[in-house]
Amino acid sequence: MRPFTYERAWTPAAAAVAAAGTPGAKFIAGGTNLLDLMKLQIETPLHLIDINGLALDKIEPTPEGGLQVGALVRNTDLAADARVRRDYPLLSRALLAGASGQLRNRATTAGNLLQRTRCPYFYDTNMPCNKRNPGSGCAALEGFSRPLAVIGGSGACIATNPSDMAVAMRALDAVVTTVGPAGESRTIAMADFHRLPGDTPHLESVLAPGELITGVTLPKPAGGTQIYHKVRDRASYAFALISVAAIVHKDGTGRVALGGVAPKPWRVEAAEADMPRGAKAVTSQLLAGAAPTSDNAFKLLLVERTLGAAMTEARG
Amino acid sequence: MKFDTPATTNPIDQLKVVGHPIDRIDGRYKVTGTAPYAYERHDAVGNPAYGFVIGAAIAKGRIASMDLAAAKAAPGVLAVITAENAGQLAKGDMNTVKLLAGPDIDHYHQAVALVVAETFEQARDGAEKVRIDYVRGQGRFDLAAARDGAGMAGSGYWGPPATSVGDFAGAFAAAPVQLDATYTTPDQGHAMMEPHASTAAWDGDKLTLWTSNQMIAWGVGDVAKTLGVAAENVRLISPFVGGGFGGKLFVRADAILAALGARAAKRPVKVALTRPLMFNNTTHRPATIQRIRIGASRDGKITAIGHESWSGDQPDGQPETTVGQTRLIYAGANRMTAMRLATLHLPEGNAMRAPGEAPGMMALEIAMDEMAEKLGLDPIAFRDLNDTQVDPESPDRPFSQRQLVECFRLGAARFGWDKRSPRPGAARDGRWLVGLGVAAAFRNNLVMASGARVRLDRRGLVTVETDMTDIGTGSYTIIAQTAAEMMGLPIDKVVVRLGDSAFPVSAGSGGQWGGNSSTAGVYAACVRLRDTVVERLRLNAAEVTFADGQVRSGDRTVPLAEAAADGDLVAEDKIEYGDLAKRYQQSTFGAHFVEVGVDAATAEIRVRRMLAVCAAGRILNPKSARSQVIGAMTMGVGAALMEELVVDKRRGFFVNHDLAGYEVPVHADIPHQEVAFLDEADPMSSPMKAKGVGELGLCGVGAAVANAIYNATGVRVRDYPVTLDKLLPLMS
Repeated sequence: MRPFTYERAWTPAAAAVAAAGTPGAKFIAGGTNLLDLMKLQIETPLHLIDINGLALDKIEPTPEGGLQVGALVRNTDLAADARVRRDYPLLSRALLAGASGQLRNRATTAGNLLQRTRCPYFYDTNMPCNKRNPGSGCAALEGFSRPLAVIGGSGACIATNPSDMAVAMRALDAVVTTVGPAGESRTIAMADFHRLPGDTPHLESVLAPGELITGVTLPKPAGGTQIYHKVRDRASYAFALISVAAIVHKDGTGRVALGGVAPKPWRVEAAEADMPRGAKAVTSQLLAGAAPTSDNAFKLLLVERTLGAAMTEARG
Repeated sequence: MKFDTPATTNPIDQLKVVGHPIDRIDGRYKVTGTAPYAYERHDAVGNPAYGFVIGAAIAKGRIASMDLAAAKAAPGVLAVITAENAGQLAKGDMNTVKLLAGPDIDHYHQAVALVVAETFEQARDGAEKVRIDYVRGQGRFDLAAARDGAGMAGSGYWGPPATSVGDFAGAFAAAPVQLDATYTTPDQGHAMMEPHASTAAWDGDKLTLWTSNQMIAWGVGDVAKTLGVAAENVRLISPFVGGGFGGKLFVRADAILAALGARAAKRPVKVALTRPLMFNNTTHRPATIQRIRIGASRDGKITAIGHESWSGDQPDGQPETTVGQTRLIYAGANRMTAMRLATLHLPEGNAMRAPGEAPGMMALEIAMDEMAEKLGLDPIAFRDLNDTQVDPESPDRPFSQRQLVECFRLGAARFGWDKRSPRPGAARDGRWLVGLGVAAAFRNNLVMASGARVRLDRRGLVTVETDMTDIGTGSYTIIAQTAAEMMGLPIDKVVVRLGDSAFPVSAGSGGQWGGNSSTAGVYAACVRLRDTVVERLRLNAAEVTFADGQVRSGDRTVPLAEAAADGDLVAEDKIEYGDLAKRYQQSTFGAHFVEVGVDAATAEIRVRRMLAVCAAGRILNPKSARSQVIGAMTMGVGAALMEELVVDKRRGFFVNHDLAGYEVPVHADIPHQEVAFLDEADPMSSPMKAKGVGELGLCGVGAAVANAIYNATGVRVRDYPVTLDKLLPLMS
């Protein structure tokens, strides 16, 4: 861990100003991912801006009939919120499928959106990794890739985004709200929030330097039967091999987003038109152009089977 | 005390204390955080400095240059230890490669330096500032690729590398029913909770190491040899060990580097291996390829059984001895086994809980399930048909005791085996395909010489001292029970002190020999103490009894404490073994029953319930023995379903080197577990009539899970771990 300086911020605008004005600055909230990465010398911020004091820990109704979730709402509190459980059960289930009780107590909504990949080569600083050390190469491409991406990756990186929460938010058409160093706020659709790696796998979101996530807006409830099925090798406390976030309406229409298959929550709206035709039809569009390795090609069939099971379950 | 004739009636047979499910006497220290572990000996060592180990960044090659200047100049850094400045170091007898590398590198994350600083964070930061340039060499990392070039392994504690009885090839070729199948098991890590950790302090030329180690005397020997100091100047203290599973049988880099760091920094230094280093820096259970051939008559009698195994290790390493149980467990006139060993440049392989039998039974017991199906026999009936009460390679050697058939019988009744459909895929519960599987459990019973010292004081307390370790197994408690039984005391009148090289050398903890052997050593010392008491009290030795804190002889009854009225009585002895283990094959037996559910759509596998029935001699404490077995069953589920150190065959290392990547079962994976012990006492094993049980519980579990998955799905997976991707394409 590199030595770093530390400050607390008391308003979102001040936090953004401080971050933009200090070289090597990073925000810290729950720290459940950042501190681990700092100890391993993977993240080496020179300055930490602690945002835990910001008043961004509320879940409030919006005029449009949705919910505004503050950036600092802890994963546990978001999953347990009665309105979330009633109107956005997909989100609650996705959150509870992730991490452990202790981690969820600490981890925040904004931090969850920004957690880094769990690719084992990213975690070993002796190994080349374009995400950790741009231009150094990718050890995973011809290495151990069973947990890694089958679609959306590039010749530079096939890491997956590990979040469960973000997959549900993608299916729910959530919108990320931010504030920048000039005090300007903007909204970013979940679809646009994460970047694909291309030649710059170290850039994972569209946030500008200093830009601070203030919250996530959930639009009015989508209804339908909402299923989050996370498939993994052990029953709990593991990252997804794949996950399926499905919203299925009585008429067979619905939405699907996937976790564990791509560098970002994976959703192709056009594929959803085929939902009444079944999982195979949807999956073939959803994963069209997939480029799996021999290690992780099983994920394609697994997505189809899991989605099929979810659709069957939703039909009840 | 020489144990060379079968045990007869002795005071342990009273079973007033031994054999009872007594709570761990050290339990309250653990749950209150007052059990002192090696890295937190604040009580013993003031003001320690901290060491941080740097592991090699390459798997094979050499260090071209090291630049220590920036690290030495970093805040708080006190010393940087490398092979270049550490002085002459030897390789320990128990280590396959050096614990401090340089300039040659034998494997990934082999230690190349230790940075010592005032704080842990400063040491870690200093370590980041060490610049090392490597020259990469060519290494071999792929067992499957090295298989064809592998030569026969050497002889060792496992016996000869190959055995042959009768005409295996002819009998197999002539057998009307044949199985010829190949199975693989992956590299596995011990993944114990407490890392390898040591605190070292020098007083002149005397070294004290508070360390986490299963085998104190081996440790003293190898620390002394490695550092080139006299063994009498080395003291190891290891009263509590937070899990070992064989990974702490040997001195590792934490201990040697703490000692070197303390010498250089001229103050105590403590070193713990980081979690990533634990997987690539230390030992692991090597991967295996196993070919099994079984030939049988149509009525199910085995006529030929062959088991060949391939594993890899560093040059001068040793094989994973997977064929041992196949030499002993089933009848059959024509037999062969062979173990071949390839040279690989992965981290060194060595013992992990039930070395040999654990992966061996994972393969053999699937093979038995497959063969039973070919024969149209129930898998339990097939095993019954081929039971043997003698060593099938040497029929003049009977088993000391063998109740394998009885284990299956009791287990089948308890588990509801009769409800299993022999047709795979026949049972369903909602989205789950449900299957039942069974496997034999088999692990040899090893005995080791073991010493103890016992002291009676004027308060009537008996203190036992032995360098035996308690690695979570319950050694403290069964030793206290033994001394209490022998001296006629309640257990709260016994104090047990373990894990200190100042105490008599014990069996240590390994190979499931520790429980029986160490208590037998305490028995021997207590026999001597009883004699001393009788002599001191001038009683008639022939008719003396020790009970209720008193010694009785004829019409005289004297409080035991009175014998120590003029000063403590101290007795020391050790148990040593004759040739009973040669004349009688001593093994432990069991039967594992498993029910699994497999998601019909996703092939997710979940164990639903488990039962182990064990026949392992006298059970000294049913509570701690049960804990050992359910822990082993849990480890078996891990081996069956998820545990695999993934080899990067290009870069030559275990990729998933943390507990997020190397998955072991969590609570949600472990459902209802039940354990039953047959009522046994084995007079050939020791005066305790006990045998090992902690490793038995692991052997066969993986195959029982795999067999249950087959019964659920009809898909036979022969490559562990059985993960859903191996089932999915074969399930419609």
